[in-house]
Amino acid sequence: MSTAAAVLSNTRIERSASHTATIYLKEAKYEFLKNLRLRVYTVSVISFPLMFYVLFGLVLNGKQAISGTGIPTYLIATYGTFGVMGASLFGTASGLAADRGLGWLQVKRASPMPPFAYFTAKVVLSMIFSAIVVLLLLALGISFGGVRLPLPEMAELLGTLLAGSLPFSAMGLAIGYFAGPNSAPAAINLIYLPLSFCSGLWVPYMFLPKLVQQIALVLPSYHLSQLALGIVGAGSHEPVATHWEVLLAFTLICLGVARIGFQRDQGKLYG
Amino acid sequence: MMQSLGEIDDLPGKVRRRQKKVLMIATLEETQTVQRTDSGTVVASLDAVSKNYGEVRALRNVNFTVRAGQVVALLGPNGAGKTTAVKLLLGLIPPNSGKTRVFGGDPTNPQNRMRTGAMLQVGKVPETLRVGEHIDLFSSYYPKPMPIEEVLAAAGLEKLRDRKFGDLSGGQRQRTLFALAICGDPDLLFLDEPTVGLDVEARRALWEEIRRLVERGKTVLLTTHYLQEADALADRIAVINQGEIIAEGTPAEIKAQTGGKCIRCVTALSMESLLKIPGVTDAKQDREAVEIHAREAEPVVRALLARDSSLSGLEITSAGLEEAFLALTQDNGENANRQN
Repeated sequence: MSTAAAVLSNTRIERSASHTATIYLKEAKYEFLKNLRLRVYTVSVISFPLMFYVLFGLVLNGKQAISGTGIPTYLIATYGTFGVMGASLFGTASGLAADRGLGWLQVKRASPMPPFAYFTAKVVLSMIFSAIVVLLLLALGISFGGVRLPLPEMAELLGTLLAGSLPFSAMGLAIGYFAGPNSAPAAINLIYLPLSFCSGLWVPYMFLPKLVQQIALVLPSYHLSQLALGIVGAGSHEPVATHWEVLLAFTLICLGVARIGFQRDQGKLYG
Repeated sequence: MMQSLGEIDDLPGKVRRRQKKVLMIATLEETQTVQRTDSGTVVASLDAVSKNYGEVRALRNVNFTVRAGQVVALLGPNGAGKTTAVKLLLGLIPPNSGKTRVFGGDPTNPQNRMRTGAMLQVGKVPETLRVGEHIDLFSSYYPKPMPIEEVLAAAGLEKLRDRKFGDLSGGQRQRTLFALAICGDPDLLFLDEPTVGLDVEARRALWEEIRRLVERGKTVLLTTHYLQEADALADRIAVINQGEIIAEGTPAEIKAQTGGKCIRCVTALSMESLLKIPGVTDAKQDREAVEIHAREAEPVVRALLARDSSLSGLEITSAGLEEAFLALTQDNGENANRQN
């Protein structure tokens, strides 16, 4: 075999659509397996919202209601938002920051992996874990909290919260591109926990101090939780479209920031 | 077609290889071997490339080519710019000036990446995935990957397929990264310090594997800081130091330039008289003894013994890579001394 001839024969190698689909699927599958086996991720992302829900929604306030909606139902919407945020932020940011900071992403970038497959896998992972959290909250509420939601409303709640995973995945990518591999989890918590509190995910919005209520209006987590609360009949007065618009704008801003990080990485030493 | 990579008897290959080396040394003066190895098509090149990281000049005006079917070794100490050169050729970082080419085009071209494999130094690999899963994923990126059994056999990982990466030893991790580099059956392979952390046996096994790849027509660029490794594998060696290529040639040529002996002894002779002995290139005091560098040891030792009957503690060693760098950078010896 003449190597020289073989080596420079520049025949284009075209990937078939099914081959590309296989790559995306495998990337997502292994991203899921990788995190499923990572107890830090599964325990913190799934158990915290469930624990809070059991404590505050079932044990302490199970019989009360807020604006006509029972607390167990109300808190499914807010802790659902909380859970989706956690699954999405940790699902994207900490993995990306570690891959980036410790050289693994370079190995991937040097390979013929389609770069978009890498990000898609992280978003898919975030959505799967978001779905798990929301479904478990619903199961707990129905079984022990007397939650009675019609099936279409449950589907709408799940669908809305899953769509809400996207802005926070985008935010996670932005954080992952600017946080170090070790500081990423701390950075996420530093954003995630205050955001949750100020948006009324732990303490219902109307019980928050006036100042915090004002701040909440510009937070994406507030708008997602209001969408979810709207479905269970406890939403605020803003039109539904406003919430979606804020979330869309927030997503675009985060993607823009992530893109700056992505481009900056191309020229970095240990990017 | 692909040759089996299992436990086959590759003696003919070894013999052929050895013959070629003998031939290279024999015909060195006629520079015929240089022509032979330089006749292949250029598959990767750095053309007057400079790369800075802020104030640090990692590469300065480097010209470097890798030709089809060759094993080229970039030999140098830590921080010399080896990894930077590899990353430039992989399109992971852009040069500040000059041109990088792979298969005649831009290294970042996805088409080129389907024909290259890379083993880089990684701080952390996802630890909860199994060896077989990592290989399965990377294989899926390539148009014509090798069967996974062959990849596992080539990297010596048959028994570790279901082991999680986090449970592997350092050498096993290194072999897994090698497996990821070759699983796509690439034409061009970049190996950045592939044998770091491997024991002697695993290192030799990896060398054999690299030789098999070359016998199948693959091209390999590897970086190393072991002269022995470059000598054992490479058709051509480029010695790099402080971002500059300071010597380039066949292993025989490099060894001729860098070879030499280090003679250590306790002697009453003065430094001046030592330096006057024919063949001595350098001499320095080292505690109670002196270290004398010479191209050939025997004539110098003869002269030493003739001049100083009280001479004791005589030791002769081959000059190591450190001495080789000193020899190669004699013009700016000060710089070479600082390097380490």
